[in-house]
Amino acid sequence: MNRSEYKWPYANESGMEEMVQSDVLVLGGGLSGCFAAIAAARKGLSVAIVEKGAIEKSGSAGTGFDHWESACTNPCSGVTAKEIAEAYVREQDWYSNGIAHYIECREGYDRLLDLESFGGKVRDTEDEFVGAEFRDENTKLMFAYDYKNKFTIRVWGSTFKPALYRELKKLGVKIYERTEATGLLVSSDSGGTVRGAGAMGMNVRTGKFYVFRAKSTVLAMSRPARVWLFDPDLTGLCEFRPMQSIGSGHAMGWRAGLEFTMMEKTVRAEFSAAGRSFPPYGAGNNHNTWYAATMVDARGVEIPYVDRDGRELKTVSERYYPAPGQKFFLKGGVIDNPKYEYRGPETLEFDELIKRGYQLPFYADLSRMPESERKVIWGMMIGEEAKTKIPIYQNYTDRGFDPSKHMLQSYGTGWQSANFLEQERQFFGAPGGVMHDWDLKTNVDGIYACGDQLYASDCAGFACATGYYAGRKASDYAKTVGLAEINSQDVQAEKERLYAPLYVRSEEGITWKELNSAISKAMQNYCGGVKCDSLLLEGLDLLKSFEKDIVPSLYAENPHDLMRTHEVMDILTVAQIVLHASLARKSSSQPLCFMRSDYPEIDPACDRKHIVLRQEDGKPVTREVPLDFFGDLEEEYEKRNQRYIREEAVHHE
Amino acid sequence: MSNQKKVDSKEAFNLEYTVSPVASSVNPIIYNQELCIGCNRCAQVCQCDILFPSKEKGRHPIVMYPGECYYCGACVMVCPNPGAITLKHPLMNRAKFVPVK
Repeated sequence: MNRSEYKWPYANESGMEEMVQSDVLVLGGGLSGCFAAIAAARKGLSVAIVEKGAIEKSGSAGTGFDHWESACTNPCSGVTAKEIAEAYVREQDWYSNGIAHYIECREGYDRLLDLESFGGKVRDTEDEFVGAEFRDENTKLMFAYDYKNKFTIRVWGSTFKPALYRELKKLGVKIYERTEATGLLVSSDSGGTVRGAGAMGMNVRTGKFYVFRAKSTVLAMSRPARVWLFDPDLTGLCEFRPMQSIGSGHAMGWRAGLEFTMMEKTVRAEFSAAGRSFPPYGAGNNHNTWYAATMVDARGVEIPYVDRDGRELKTVSERYYPAPGQKFFLKGGVIDNPKYEYRGPETLEFDELIKRGYQLPFYADLSRMPESERKVIWGMMIGEEAKTKIPIYQNYTDRGFDPSKHMLQSYGTGWQSANFLEQERQFFGAPGGVMHDWDLKTNVDGIYACGDQLYASDCAGFACATGYYAGRKASDYAKTVGLAEINSQDVQAEKERLYAPLYVRSEEGITWKELNSAISKAMQNYCGGVKCDSLLLEGLDLLKSFEKDIVPSLYAENPHDLMRTHEVMDILTVAQIVLHASLARKSSSQPLCFMRSDYPEIDPACDRKHIVLRQEDGKPVTREVPLDFFGDLEEEYEKRNQRYIREEAVHHE
Repeated sequence: MSNQKKVDSKEAFNLEYTVSPVASSVNPIIYNQELCIGCNRCAQVCQCDILFPSKEKGRHPIVMYPGECYYCGACVMVCPNPGAITLKHPLMNRAKFVPVK
């Protein structure tokens, strides 16, 4: 097809501007954004929500998720919110989001019941798994991982986004889909106090420009991506999370002076199906969604599971129970190689297996498991988790895969079937993000954050619980203030910034793909596995030159391209935050996966702290915050949420 | 609550948008025109916005940006006619399975 055959199918509204006013503005329509909007609408406030895709299927859980972690208040739970939240904090050496984890542990199950009331499926209502060890016969709830303590719930998450979308419409939330938020609006009063005034954005199909004025704003966008990993051919497969989730919320937050922490933390990449891994959950393994699948080696010899003391487990059932003397164990999204205290059943270490003569490749062999366990892994978990229903379950079934007859290969030496280089980094395993207080408020009044925008975030339950909480606190604030003034010069400058690539001639222009490639190569070279001041400074220098010399040459031919171009401009900003954060930490750190050749000392006591970073007058400014700044989790939470506890929390006793 | 206005600018925002399919090494989304009714539900939900409605009524959408596919399968999930859309992994990502031993 050539250019003349196909015309742009949507209206051309470049130059059109619409002003939208609401009490609360939510940026991002994933799980956390939807719940933020619902919380505010329930309080009777007017709410606008802005989403780059279509809410029905957008965000990391757009097509599903399979297990809801830390549902400590469900009626079958054998643990308390305090126990699990504190365990997460200790497990992550205090580089953990204690506040958000406690909110997840305390309110998460309430959100799950909300989802059920909106039409989502959270229990085995069709009695498909009657009699299974993981199913509670009274509540029909189904549990994963620790069957004794029952605080992780298996859910039919593919029903959740459509249910949330219906609920938003029912509550009268004003929905702006196919609209990218691009910049925050802040205003300062005569006393110099800065507060949020709303945001700006653009429709990614028509090019229409939006100004959203609001009394409070909730950032509910993604964590950053594509900073080190880029493939101009298979761009949609570069990262674990969706293609369009690239950290624009972080970039606009930085431009508006918001504080960040732990942005120096990155891990060696684990998921990039454009490169050295496979479709998530689509290769044989026994972690997360696949826990606790039976694994065999190339000869078909079963690989033993052991408890934390090395005791070999004889039955499949034993893989789901704590060790003798252990109260509970942790498994899930951010739990990789847990401390002894929280370590659950696991297959023998790879090195030990090779010593004992086990041979690669390994396979997941579900045929050796009880039928209910096989069916719940292949058919429910694989089917409900993230992008597994069509890409894995249906696709593999169509290719002839039958879990009672076939075993699925695992690649490489680990269970991730990934084989990345040290300099190929990724924001994974509770990465850095927005710094906040007990109200999930940022350092700027009237601006709140939730879900993946928070530092050390992890899963779906975390997103829903913090979303609702941030929406609630943003509403309380909105009730006390009027709309802040907006500065028309800020609006004009943003409009010019957004549209500029449309005016660059294609033959002279640079595409977003060329710039993204250059950024990721620069980050691999200057901010890879081992860092040092001189390399980091070199990297900053190069990225600044991109900003000055390359950004003005970026070229786009339509609003879709323009959206991709804005995304890469944001990636360029995020990359600089990472370099500044890395420069600010003058030692190495195990929990932050942060290695320095010039400061090799690992986690010296004097550096066990948050180095909080923001931009002021174009320069990075840091302050230090103790790792335990959140105080006693239960006490501090209850101090601030009596009304929720009285009026909204679900009480089972 | 909202008001609209046309911005007068000497830059004159009267640019024409252009678009044409961007080549990629893969074909992630394959339509079966026999089964597709051209309802565009897939284009409506695709979060990467890679599917563009056909100009011809009843025809399947155009996969405008195949390289931007995130392989989530949302298009297949909302399709009212099973089989009208097939999602195909890149060859290198098709994991191997074998009969149990």
